Amino acid sequence: MNMMTEAAVEKALDQRMNDLSYKMIGKDVSVYYGEKRALFDVNLNVRQNTVTALIGPSGCGKSTFLRTLNRMNDTIDNCRVTGRITLDGDDIYDPSIDVVELRARVGMVFQKPNPFPKSIYENISYGPRIHGLARSKADMDQIVEASLQRAGLWNEVKDRLQESGTGLSGGQQQRLCIARAIAVSPEVILMDEPCSALDPIATAKVEELIHELRSNYTIVIVTHSMQQAARVSQRTAMFHLGQLVEENDTDKMFTNPDDQRTQDYIMGRFG
Amino acid sequence: MTTSTLLLITAAIAMIGYLAGSRRALSLSGGRSSSMHSRPGYYGSFVAIWSALPAALLLGVWLVAAPAIINSSIRSEFPAEVKAQSQASQGLSFGMIEGIARGMRALSAEEAAQAERNPADLRNLMGARGVAIAGDPEAYMIKAANDLNTMNARSNLLRNIAVLLVAVGGAALAYRLIAPRFRARNRVESVILASLVVASSIAILTTVGIIASMLTEATHFFARVPAHEFFFGTVWDPRFAAAGATASEGQFGLIPLLLGTLYIGFVAMLFAVPIGLFAAIYMSEYASQRVRSITKPLLEVLAGIPTIVYGFFALTTVGPFLRDISSQIHGLATGDYSNFIQAQSVLTAGFVMGIMLIPYVSSLSDDIITAVPRALRDGSLGLGATRSETIKRVVLPAALPGIVGAILMTASRAIGETMIVVLAAGVAARIQLNPFEPMTTVTVKIVSQLTGDLEFTSPQTLVAFALGITLFIITLCLNIYALYIVRKYREQYE
Ligand SMILES: Nc1ncnc2c1ncn2[C@@H]1O[C@H](COP(=O)(O)OP(=O)(O)OP(=O)(O)O)[C@@H](O)[C@H]1O
Ligand SMILES: [Mg+2]
Repeated sequence: MNMMTEAAVEKALDQRMNDLSYKMIGKDVSVYYGEKRALFDVNLNVRQNTVTALIGPSGCGKSTFLRTLNRMNDTIDNCRVTGRITLDGDDIYDPSIDVVELRARVGMVFQKPNPFPKSIYENISYGPRIHGLARSKADMDQIVEASLQRAGLWNEVKDRLQESGTGLSGGQQQRLCIARAIAVSPEVILMDEPCSALDPIATAKVEELIHELRSNYTIVIVTHSMQQAARVSQRTAMFHLGQLVEENDTDKMFTNPDDQRTQDYIMGRFG
Repeated sequence: MTTSTLLLITAAIAMIGYLAGSRRALSLSGGRSSSMHSRPGYYGSFVAIWSALPAALLLGVWLVAAPAIINSSIRSEFPAEVKAQSQASQGLSFGMIEGIARGMRALSAEEAAQAERNPADLRNLMGARGVAIAGDPEAYMIKAANDLNTMNARSNLLRNIAVLLVAVGGAALAYRLIAPRFRARNRVESVILASLVVASSIAILTTVGIIASMLTEATHFFARVPAHEFFFGTVWDPRFAAAGATASEGQFGLIPLLLGTLYIGFVAMLFAVPIGLFAAIYMSEYASQRVRSITKPLLEVLAGIPTIVYGFFALTTVGPFLRDISSQIHGLATGDYSNFIQAQSVLTAGFVMGIMLIPYVSSLSDDIITAVPRALRDGSLGLGATRSETIKRVVLPAALPGIVGAILMTASRAIGETMIVVLAAGVAARIQLNPFEPMTTVTVKIVSQLTGDLEFTSPQTLVAFALGITLFIITLCLNIYALYIVRKYREQYE
């Protein structure tokens, strides 16, 4: 890179930005919470129809980076993002971009299941209703059923759609939240430690679900479990102290990482 | 020795007991604190409590019981013709004896002897010493006064000895109990617990007492006026001034007052709820930290203004303003400049009360809206909902039960509010629906039935207690229901 001229760098970058196999591209992304800097010039690309896992010790900025991808950081007072992030080549921090539309395209599932205190049906229909995705009641029924099917929850809840979503078990609630995100037909789904509040069986179900979703969606997942990262992802990115240490194929990351810190972390030497 | 000196000495004994107890515990532990069950301070406190508490209790009992016993023994010595008088005049005589006794103490021995020989001189003698006596003393009174003085002196002496003995004895007993395995900490804590219980039962008992007194007076009222005439009567006309008229002639219909109360309260809520709620939504969801830190205290200042000040405001500003503007409007429309809004009216009182209630609605709802978990907001925003969609469809529905509770609590304030309506609503008890006309409320009538020179036996005044208990029950029900809703709402997020 050092030998290339500035113009050549620019050109190479443009090329990469247009490369369609990259769904989202982050370039020199830095995030500040007030005076405190949480991310330092992160360059990370997210590939289409791929599961990308973000790993790293607690407080290293995984959630922060994930939240820049659908501008959820905008909801935090005094949080500032610099750098450039594109979705299909369009800068998502451009003033002309409607953040509401962006979040419909880049959905999010949170660490703690957070179903609305409404019925299961209304939990799913919430997004489509806001975005006007259903023209009739039958349309909506169809969307609700399809989303629950995809999230693998349909058989468990089809007889109790009018019951409250908060009455489900933790694992069911998390799958309900995934179904809720799917219902607005996003292109990218961001998941922040989606299994950390779940037991092993529920975790296995969610992982299986992630596996199936990959064919239709691009997924970025934050996880503290190395096994989970190894099981569900194809690409893995390692963060440390607000910096991106390494990004590689998951297989390579877990067998022969380029960076010593990655190796130490995966071996459980810190974090 | 006066009572306060006695108290000081007891406190000193307790203090010494504390020091001695702590020191003993310290020396028993032999420098290793683990060998004692509790820290030395607890042993000290234990000794102090045992010396001060029983002594103080004894003193309290003595202060109540001794005067009563002395009083009755003096009275039993009264001559037969005095005993034949009514209790009230006997009481007066005893009061005079007390005065004389106080005077005797101020006289010298020589003067006292002279007074005993010649009771007629007594008044002058004492007057010279600055002690005034109500009437001319009789012979038996001087003897009784002397008896009173000796009895009081003996009682005081006994009391001082008894209290000091108990204080020292208690301290000594507690001091001897100190041992390594003795659980002083638990004992001290149970005393603290007991005092907490006493404090909270005082609050509860006072409430019970208030209710009981209102209930007894109200039953007196219902003995004169049938309950159904009160609760279902549509005419309020207590007929105060009708001299010579029999008491039961007045009409005590609750309905017009209740309707006035509810109507004015309703108008007040009409102003307070939307404004307060919108303010709360702005403050909790949109306002920046800086704006919040300024506006929240400001609103709380509004809540601290005494309601009588709102009453002034209604009487001198809002009422006249509404009256004048209504006459302008009427004049422009018809050419006749007569006002259709009275200065005292349902609207005036309701509007000003509404302003008073805004801070209650807004700060209660603000707390409730802020308590909706952030995760719910994030969930909605993450699906691409705008801020206002999130508030409308997720935050407010989730907060609704709590907000309803807050509104009910505010309503019970509106119903019990007095000063504003006294000044702004009028006193005419009428059943009508025009908000521009005066109406009156239960609280206004309680005030007007109880002000002035009245005997507390006529239905005209007793009705105030019936009104009071009715009001109390209404607000109590509202508050209980509100608390029930709020509590249910809380469980949802725990
Ligand atoms: N709202 C906030 N305000 C201020 N600082 C924040 C905020 N959120 C995160 N931070 C800081 O930013 C840094 C990165 O936080 P982030 O939540 O991204 O870490 P993480 O990698 O997700 O950690 P974990 O694995 O524990 O979830 C931390 O030092 C954290 O203290
Ligand atoms: Mg995190």
